[in-house]
Amino acid sequence: MGFLSKRRDQQLAAMQAAGRTVGRSLWQDALRRFVTNRAAMGSVFVLLFISLLAIVGPLISPHSLEDFYWEYILVPPTFENAHWFGTDANGRDMFVRTFHGARISLTIGIMTTAVALLIGVTWGSVAGYFGGRIDNIMMRFVDVLYALPLLFFIIILVTVFGRNIYLVFIGIGAVEWLTMSRIVRGQTLSVKQKEYVEAARALGLSNLQIVRRHVVPNIIGPVIVFVTLLIPTTILVESYLSFLGLGVQEPMTSWGVLISQGASSIDTGPWLLVIPGTFLAVTLFCFNFIGDGLRDALDPEGR
Amino acid sequence: MSGTSARPMRTQGGEAVLQCRDLSVHFKTGEGRISAVNGVSFDLHRGQCLGVVGESGSGKSQTFLAILGLLASNGHATGSVMLNGEEILNTTRRKLDAIRGEKLAIVFQDSITGLTPHKRIGDQLCEVLTQHRGMTRSQARTRAMEMLELVRIPEPARRFRMYPHEFSGGMRQRVMIAQALLCQPDVLIADEPTTALDVTVQAQILKLFKGLADHTDTALVMITHDLGVVAGLCDEVMVMYAGRAIEQASVDSLFYDPRHPYTRGLLACMPRADRDSESLTAIPGQPPDLSELPPGCAYAPRCGQAFDRCLIERPSLDMAVEGHLKACHLENAP
Repeated sequence: MGFLSKRRDQQLAAMQAAGRTVGRSLWQDALRRFVTNRAAMGSVFVLLFISLLAIVGPLISPHSLEDFYWEYILVPPTFENAHWFGTDANGRDMFVRTFHGARISLTIGIMTTAVALLIGVTWGSVAGYFGGRIDNIMMRFVDVLYALPLLFFIIILVTVFGRNIYLVFIGIGAVEWLTMSRIVRGQTLSVKQKEYVEAARALGLSNLQIVRRHVVPNIIGPVIVFVTLLIPTTILVESYLSFLGLGVQEPMTSWGVLISQGASSIDTGPWLLVIPGTFLAVTLFCFNFIGDGLRDALDPEGR
Repeated sequence: MSGTSARPMRTQGGEAVLQCRDLSVHFKTGEGRISAVNGVSFDLHRGQCLGVVGESGSGKSQTFLAILGLLASNGHATGSVMLNGEEILNTTRRKLDAIRGEKLAIVFQDSITGLTPHKRIGDQLCEVLTQHRGMTRSQARTRAMEMLELVRIPEPARRFRMYPHEFSGGMRQRVMIAQALLCQPDVLIADEPTTALDVTVQAQILKLFKGLADHTDTALVMITHDLGVVAGLCDEVMVMYAGRAIEQASVDSLFYDPRHPYTRGLLACMPRADRDSESLTAIPGQPPDLSELPPGCAYAPRCGQAFDRCLIERPSLDMAVEGHLKACHLENAP
């Protein structure tokens, strides 16, 4: 902890020094407040650690994703033959599978959320700010897409383009931005009534400048919170798609796949559920803590 | 309003910086068409201060929102507004963006919500300069800092980095005044700038405006319902009632020799320290419904001196004496 707080002091000092010389933005202020939030910073480190394991984990293990060990079937975690997390019913090494799963799950969670964030915020803020006919057309388009079932959409994608991990990104991303755009539109509708938006107009700022500088920064709080809920959601959606055979395919794996397999063998090998389940739960907790911290940090009045 | 062009104002020479002719504003609502402003005309010269007085809903704010192109989407303005000889009413958004904040600035009543809560004061000030003047950040910073000093914000360098919620109401209002003045606009419109503030802060803000009016050649429009503010600050006064200008005069002429019964009523309503009175006087009745204005004088139903003609024929804004316009059928003030 001493190391942590010392590091934090250094960061604080560095940031304050930077703040004095360079122009300071909302983001730099937010960062400074964020690093003082213990739970959020702890979560960042845990998440970085999990990400690091996802990258190097499969490399430090002597086993690979394709290896089967007939003599080690359903072995609990052991140092024997370096099966640190045990093996599953097919004799595959769980350590390698867990961190390969982490790669897929984290990538899907972050990538699709980033896509949803980008499209959703742009779409929602433009619709909400301009209002009237533009708003009507844009939001009815969202309604139409909403009516399209996710599974149906993904089955079409898979049929047309074949099985591909990127289709999962596109499929989930195409659905998740809809909710995001609705949230952003709603927030924009309330923010654009505020006097500061009219004041900005009276100061001669163009519509796009007002949206970018005066509307979006003021709705970022709820959006960030939604993002931290969206990442876990996409990880879970991916897991049920994989369970149905529409997502990642063996021998590739994800946390969703591992958990669904582990759940079916809970009597014979509880570690098959507990290990990936723990990693997923910890990751989701971390995202939630980070979201919480970001919301506090991004709200200058919330100090 | 042909009488208006002949109106000799107390000019500082040259053309009017803001010339408003026959400005009308309508709103389309579910209950029909509402005329918020009807045929308002005035000239504003450099360094001059125009007071606009009226009750709530008399159209005083809408007149100037229309000039700035800030009407609500169901509003429509007609007439002519010339800024430095150029028509600006109902012009393109691009043109409006170029003049708003640069030549024509407004300070709103609500200083609490007039600044973006998620941006530092400094950034909000610099934004105007980088936008209109193409300044670099450091140039803008220097200029904005000067402006904060001008509006008497102590420690501008430290305040520069603060957020709006860290300021008191009076200071926020001063920041907004600074923001409006950054580009040295030709016309500054102050829409009830002191209403949301307490009396001592009000006095400070008014002193600030007074200083501006005296030391710069920015033309000032003070929209208020406080006649005391007008008396202390303005050169010319326009009294509005139900969307029309009913009396326009120099401040001395209006206060010492009011020609319209409504203006006299307003003056009588002012509480005075030098007179012993038990209660506050008030003008009886309510302002009329703007969607169904009477055919005659809008003030007639409340006017103690109204006669037959007032109910049938609307009085035009005519010259009573040199430089003093009034819209009333009563020929001589009793």
